[in-house]
Amino acid sequence: MSDYLLRRLLYAFPILLGVNIITFFLFFVVNSPDDMARIHLGNKYVTTDAIEKWKGDRGYDRPLFYNSEKYGRDKLLDTIFYAKTVKLFVFDFGQSDSGRDIGYDISQRMWPSLMITLPILILGLFLTISLALAVAFFRATYLDTFAVIMCVCMMSISGLFYIIGGQYLFSKLLKIVPISGFDDGFLAIKFLILPIVVGVVGGLGNGTRWYRTIFLEEVNQDYVRTARSKGLSEKVVFYVHVLRNGMIPILTGVVALLPSLFLGSLITEAFFGIPGLGSYTIEAIQSQDFSVVRAMVFLGSALYILGLVLTDIAYTFVDPRISLR
Amino acid sequence: MSFVFLITDVLLFLLIAILLVYGIYALRHEHLFRPWKQVVSKPFSMCAVVVLSFYFLIAILDSVHFHPTIESSSGEDVQHSARITSVLDLVLGSIIAGTEKTYSAPFSIYAFTKETLVNEDGYMVRDYPRLRHAGSHLPEPASRLDDILNRSVVGVGKGIIGWIFFCAIIIFMMSRIQKLAIRGIVKKIIRGQSSVSWRTFFLSLGIICVLVGMGLQLCPHYHVLGTDQVGNDILYQALKSARTGLIIGTLTTLVMLPFAVIFGVSAGYFGGWVDDSIQYMYTTLSSIPSVLLIAASALMLDVYLANNSETFVSVTARADLRLLCLCLILGVTTWTGLCRYLRAETLKLRESAYIDASRAFGAVPWTTIWKHVVPNVMHIVTISMVLDFSGLVLAEAALSYLNIGVDPSMESWGNMINGARLELAREPIVWWSLFAAFIFMFILVLAANIFADAVRDAFDPRLRELN
Repeated sequence: MSDYLLRRLLYAFPILLGVNIITFFLFFVVNSPDDMARIHLGNKYVTTDAIEKWKGDRGYDRPLFYNSEKYGRDKLLDTIFYAKTVKLFVFDFGQSDSGRDIGYDISQRMWPSLMITLPILILGLFLTISLALAVAFFRATYLDTFAVIMCVCMMSISGLFYIIGGQYLFSKLLKIVPISGFDDGFLAIKFLILPIVVGVVGGLGNGTRWYRTIFLEEVNQDYVRTARSKGLSEKVVFYVHVLRNGMIPILTGVVALLPSLFLGSLITEAFFGIPGLGSYTIEAIQSQDFSVVRAMVFLGSALYILGLVLTDIAYTFVDPRISLR
Repeated sequence: MSFVFLITDVLLFLLIAILLVYGIYALRHEHLFRPWKQVVSKPFSMCAVVVLSFYFLIAILDSVHFHPTIESSSGEDVQHSARITSVLDLVLGSIIAGTEKTYSAPFSIYAFTKETLVNEDGYMVRDYPRLRHAGSHLPEPASRLDDILNRSVVGVGKGIIGWIFFCAIIIFMMSRIQKLAIRGIVKKIIRGQSSVSWRTFFLSLGIICVLVGMGLQLCPHYHVLGTDQVGNDILYQALKSARTGLIIGTLTTLVMLPFAVIFGVSAGYFGGWVDDSIQYMYTTLSSIPSVLLIAASALMLDVYLANNSETFVSVTARADLRLLCLCLILGVTTWTGLCRYLRAETLKLRESAYIDASRAFGAVPWTTIWKHVVPNVMHIVTISMVLDFSGLVLAEAALSYLNIGVDPSMESWGNMINGARLELAREPIVWWSLFAAFIFMFILVLAANIFADAVRDAFDPRLRELN
């Protein structure tokens, strides 16, 4: 198994290199550093000196791939590609365009993101699985039909409306929790409740319907018939056999998401003013801070690949038929 | 009038042409025709089809753009305005009441904010002024409710007359095609005995006719869904947004389809280094979280547009290019999923006997692919095309909220939500803008979801995991 993992991690390297080449292409070839400088300094009345100074301060004044003025290995190392892109591999994010240390910012801001996404995942999983199991239990009745219709309706509502509706109902009308904001330590709880509730409710429709199909597929399996025919009650069949086997695809699907939880949600954090990585990305987009967006793209892909590896490991634990070689 | 063809217009008409050709082809081939018949045999999905067609009708009307002619006094040479309008603008312009100063509530005849007015006695008072257009035909403000009621009833009546007219035409055509008596057809429809759910079709059509009839009666005299901050009618904006949503939902799939099919099928068919490199390509692309890739691309697009602003003739053309780029970017983030399914399906097909037979007869690989592989994976393409649609419409709203979606000058539900959400803090609240965007989006996405489920069940019920 360790062989397999080593191979997977080595396989991640070319993928991350590919990601970096894509971002490099997007950020430095489609638009030259001169274009970016002009945007930052105001479009029309920019002197060449100002552009050169802006590029110099941020290290964009080097050639893209090959520096013919330098000697030895500096020919390759003193370039934008090495300084801005290759260094991401050791998670050296460098400085943002406004001069802050990106690595430090990320390490600070991933915790608020996690405080939102992790409870949403756990609570949401618990609720959707219970609901889906109940719906599957009452399969092919009017209750089932009604539940499916409700799920499709809930899926059809844009996530934005869950947030706006939640803020209006709980913060403005009922005045239970503040509309947005954040605080340190335990004081943060009152700011976290609403985003978590909204996140859970927003994912309910899609999750319940999806898990219902998974459970219904299990109900028609042979082992369920065997369990019934040996005289087990319907309750035991459901809570022991169907639930356990249905959990295999559900849990392995969830494991793939785990690393990405650090990234937070852009929309939720923007609406609720939570200083996580999602709002960090949005701020970077709005202030056109290219270094931060680049760093976030790299981090996001690295976490995604980590999620894939974790999924493979999770499979070997929950399903002994699968072995990694 | 001089017609203007924006890029997305051309692509939309191309899509419609493709669908028409496919439709005619499907009519002649039983195996393609039957699943579609199954889709429209269920009442729910029939209703969804009618609703989707109505949205598409609006979008198509909004996609015929032209420079309107300016009425010149000299009369000789025809002048064209620089502004680009669409047929929908022309139609709605004559129906919907004019622009007000600022916010006004649905059906209100007073403005939302107080102004200093001079009353009959010559005193200055702070009060809500009458609106410039809405309700200006009423001599007495008190008669507003009666007037609305009257007009609604007349509208319903007109809608029903229109509905009966449509029904008569369609039933007449059915009787000619099926060579049956009209009486028998009507009886069959009312009892719900036809294999296609015509009863639902006519009922849904009836509801739309009644709504349109009421709209025709009420819109010239009231702002049915209120007005926004600069006094524009909300209903007008919501209808205009339909085009943006539909373009993103359909063109995204259209632009990514060739890549997904060619790469997916050739990866599965050829295997070896072709498979490896294509797999590497889509793993790399799909490993970037889509919202981050979209953000990065949108940021770069902004820089490009800002530095090349002089190349665009008009704001509309620029907004249109941005819409197309958004479709392309969304396409890049969504094609990997389809590509993966097509590869897996082709891997299965490659082992089948008819592919072996085709090879044994000496067909070159591309002939085999085109004649035997592609037709057998097309159901996956169809399913994923309709399944992606609703997600893309929802994504547009979210992205526009983050300022990485469509151009702010373009009407879209996302821009409506973005512009209106801060107004919830007002007292009394301005809810109608959000309400309109909510209703229009909800109905479209709900219809699309129901339709997509029906299509999936009809074409391949085993493909649950494509969700």
